[in-house]
Amino acid sequence: MKKFIVTGIACIVAILTFMPFMWMISASLMPRGAANVYPPKFFPDTLDFSHYIDLFTRMNLANYFLNSLIISLGVVFFSLILNSMGGYAFAKFRFAKKKTLFKVLLSSMIIPGQVTMLPVFLLLKNLGLINTYWAIIVPGMASIFGIFLIRQFAFSIPDSVIEAAKIDGATEFQIYYKIILPLCKPILVTLGLFTFMGTWNDFLWPLIVLTDSTKYTLPVALSNLMSEHVQDTELMMAGSVITIIPVLVVFLFLQKYYLKGIMMGSVKE
Amino acid sequence: MGYKTIRNSTHWSAVLLFLGPSLAVICCFFFLPVLAAFLLSFTDFDIYSLSNINYLRFVGFNNYISALQSPVFWTSLKNTFYFVVAGGPLSVAASLGAALLLNSKFIKFKPVFRLVYFLPVVTTLVAVSIVWRYVYHPKFGALNYLLSFVGVSPVDWLGDPNFSMPAIIILAVWKNFGYNMMIFVAGLQSIPVDYYEAASMEGASGWQQFIKITIPMLAPTTLFISIITMIGYFQLFAEPYVMTQGGPVNSTLSIVLYMYQEGFRWWNIGYSTALAFLLFVIILIGTLVQFRLQKDADN
Repeated sequence: MKKFIVTGIACIVAILTFMPFMWMISASLMPRGAANVYPPKFFPDTLDFSHYIDLFTRMNLANYFLNSLIISLGVVFFSLILNSMGGYAFAKFRFAKKKTLFKVLLSSMIIPGQVTMLPVFLLLKNLGLINTYWAIIVPGMASIFGIFLIRQFAFSIPDSVIEAAKIDGATEFQIYYKIILPLCKPILVTLGLFTFMGTWNDFLWPLIVLTDSTKYTLPVALSNLMSEHVQDTELMMAGSVITIIPVLVVFLFLQKYYLKGIMMGSVKE
Repeated sequence: MGYKTIRNSTHWSAVLLFLGPSLAVICCFFFLPVLAAFLLSFTDFDIYSLSNINYLRFVGFNNYISALQSPVFWTSLKNTFYFVVAGGPLSVAASLGAALLLNSKFIKFKPVFRLVYFLPVVTTLVAVSIVWRYVYHPKFGALNYLLSFVGVSPVDWLGDPNFSMPAIIILAVWKNFGYNMMIFVAGLQSIPVDYYEAASMEGASGWQQFIKITIPMLAPTTLFISIITMIGYFQLFAEPYVMTQGGPVNSTLSIVLYMYQEGFRWWNIGYSTALAFLLFVIILIGTLVQFRLQKDADN
């Protein structure tokens, strides 16, 4: 009996949680104007794929999709290299003031990122990077959270492995490249996933630094489309579906790694 | 001892090679900008200084004073507090409720439910807010339709200043509860089962066990989640930006949205950075207060 009650409640919560997604998908497949009726229709009468075709042919969506992909993968690539080097150094290197330096980094995480927006914008403007992919990639190349994640994981690598490699005459960089990186694979997937999704979903920063519409990422393009096509419910829904599909697919395949990242991020020092 | 640490320490060139790049990026795009923002907040940096730096003047605390004298600032502060005070606890409670559901020994198909509850967290806010605008539509929206079954007359969710912030809060709770839910589930699983077994032997009801065991044992997790949630909620921006643009009549204008408008729309950079630091001070005070409350509760 209790099984039915608990699972029943869980079902209701799940339906309420999922409803916006369901409506997004079904409205995106309705013919123009069919979503704006009362009472609301939760399923299309006939499947109409014209909005998806429209988005790619008339609205240049493939271009925005590509921008989002290049920027996200670019940030993932650079941030994995820089953060893994930094995190490994904080975990295994011995040098003066290491603990103090790390504490400064950690405690500065309380400063809201918005504080830095204007100075970073002015800096990028002076470097001539505004309205280029680099305006998003460069500031994202390293993060305190990323260094923290790698460091937590690298602690678990036994010192003996590193010592043995040193005795064999490996340089610091060879140890990092040949031993540490392969051992860190799971946490690199986790960090890469967080970074990819964070960059793909980000809205405020691309909105600020990308001024030319051909450079827009999907969220910025979508928000821009919305102000022009506010009446085209079905078209906007199709745009939303395309925007969230990549993150959903990546998440479905790698959810185990994502959940592990949440757990590690919530571990207090 | 001193000799040993020296002998074992990593060569400085390796430290520089490994830490240099990431710390350089963090310095250039975080620490120095924070410092620059702090200095800028004492100047009248605006669109004229942007074209010619010689127009820049030091103005002392003027930006802070004019913020504190501006009714719009107080409105944005009030709205932000509304969002944090109402939305924060609601969000934490929803996460805890969902975690308790998932952790129940009576639940079936747990991985499916966990996945569905988590979906809003990973999706793009701009995309889902487009759907929510239609969920909130006064005429065709699903929410008003569902409410009509319990006899509630249509509400203009995003058009009525009394309902716009609740609408933003519902969206934010829906979007975020899955994240903290996962942390709560881990916290629940770390409570030893014997505690509950001992309590049931002594005849404690499920509710008593929840109050006497679950809540106290979860306290560190709850504190962590509350602080993270509060810090995040003080930075409210994208939800009102895409849903309402801060309207109607500034009823969803948050501090960050106000800051964005002043900084990037009107280029009142000095003023905007002052707003950023006011927000920082508020978040800092909020965090300290929560730590203090927790300490008092522990004693």
